Amino acid sequence: MEIPTIVGAGLIVIGAGMGIGRIGGSAMEAIGRQPEASGKIQTAMIIAAALIEGIGFAALFAA
Amino acid sequence: MISKLTAYSALVGLLLFAAPAAAQDKDQANTIHEEAHLDTHSAGAPTTQEHAEDSHESHAEHSEEHGHAEFVPASDTEGRKSVVKKTVEHHLADSYEFHIVGPVGFPLPVILYDNGLKVFSSAEFHHGESVAEVDGEYYMVHHSKIYKTDAEGNMLKDEAGHHIKPLDFSITKNVFMIILMSVFMFFLFRGVAKTYQNSLVPSKAGRFLEPLIVFIRDEIAIPNIGEKHHKRYMSFLLTVFFFIWFLNLVGMTPLGVNVTGNIAVTVSLALMTFFITQFSGKKDYWMHIFWMPGVPVLLRPVLAVIELIGLVVKPFSLTIRLYANMLAGHVVIMSILGLIYIFASYTAAIPFTGLTLFLYVLELLVAALQAYIFTMLASLYFGAAVEEHDHH
Repeated sequence: MEIPTIVGAGLIVIGAGMGIGRIGGSAMEAIGRQPEASGKIQTAMIIAAALIEGIGFAALFAA
Repeated sequence: MISKLTAYSALVGLLLFAAPAAAQDKDQANTIHEEAHLDTHSAGAPTTQEHAEDSHESHAEHSEEHGHAEFVPASDTEGRKSVVKKTVEHHLADSYEFHIVGPVGFPLPVILYDNGLKVFSSAEFHHGESVAEVDGEYYMVHHSKIYKTDAEGNMLKDEAGHHIKPLDFSITKNVFMIILMSVFMFFLFRGVAKTYQNSLVPSKAGRFLEPLIVFIRDEIAIPNIGEKHHKRYMSFLLTVFFFIWFLNLVGMTPLGVNVTGNIAVTVSLALMTFFITQFSGKKDYWMHIFWMPGVPVLLRPVLAVIELIGLVVKPFSLTIRLYANMLAGHVVIMSILGLIYIFASYTAAIPFTGLTLFLYVLELLVAALQAYIFTMLASLYFGAAVEEHDHH
């Protein structure tokens, strides 16, 4: 049985969403522990989120 | 610093763009309900009509599709959906004329290479309705692309059965906007630079731009590239940041100029980043790609393959990220505005107008964020290229 591409794209987007959610959550925790490092944490968070987002969009375009 | 930046840009953006947008939303709701007229977006009514005419193959088909005054009754949900879809598509597409609102707009030059250079005004297409005759050849716009036709407007085919498209170097709406923005940025930043000749305290536009420029230097370039090399890349990083940011903001205006949501533009930006990275690659950079130090020798060829794939994926992801983010933002905003038109009721208008305004403000944030991310990732790649390891 053939699985439509859109299902795969959906799964990838779910994964990407969970990934970005985890990054955000972890960044919050990290900032909570070390508020003085918030600038660095934010930068790292945005970069990681952007990289994952790229995968999500690639999946959307493949579908 | 970041929060300050976003707060600034969101505030300025809000003042500049959200006010007219809100006014437009209201206009729209009024028009729809008082006249049940279609106006899914600021320029909705005229463009839809045009678009319907754009995409027609024959006039008979056109009048069948949409009737005369492009009026679709509220009960015809499917018809209204297709109108919204067409309006959205029209807004995202590039075009050969600069259409502002209603009948206001101006034609742009069309430059074709087809047995010699052919330059003429896009007014000859009459908004895509008629065939333009140039030096005995006939051209026509079909789905935002120029095709070669005969005098009656039938598309010509080559031996393989493909429609013939001349090589197209036209100054389209997007190209026009890029040129305009380049000129604007040149004079803006030259003016700002000049004010520093008299005093080190910024004045005029410099008051707003100095913190941003310093932010890019201190928070993006120096931490990622390093104190030693960052100066060489500052011009590129600053240009790319302001170019993307300004064009994103222009894209948010009702003009519907979707430059950064055009994949050709983002590909070019990403390719520039790619080539700058490769040409500034030092010994250590290539060593890390082809013969990774510090891992078992058997593993090194495998890593080389992965690194080579990574080399191509980096500009690709830069391209897709910017393109998809801007495109998705536009589509979402216009689709939600379109819902008002599809539902055709006051009760729908109120929440959807609010939701659009909310998304609009969010998009202003995304406009700045995408420019920031592009610059940040570019400087990361440059940093990896010039990095020197004192090792082993």
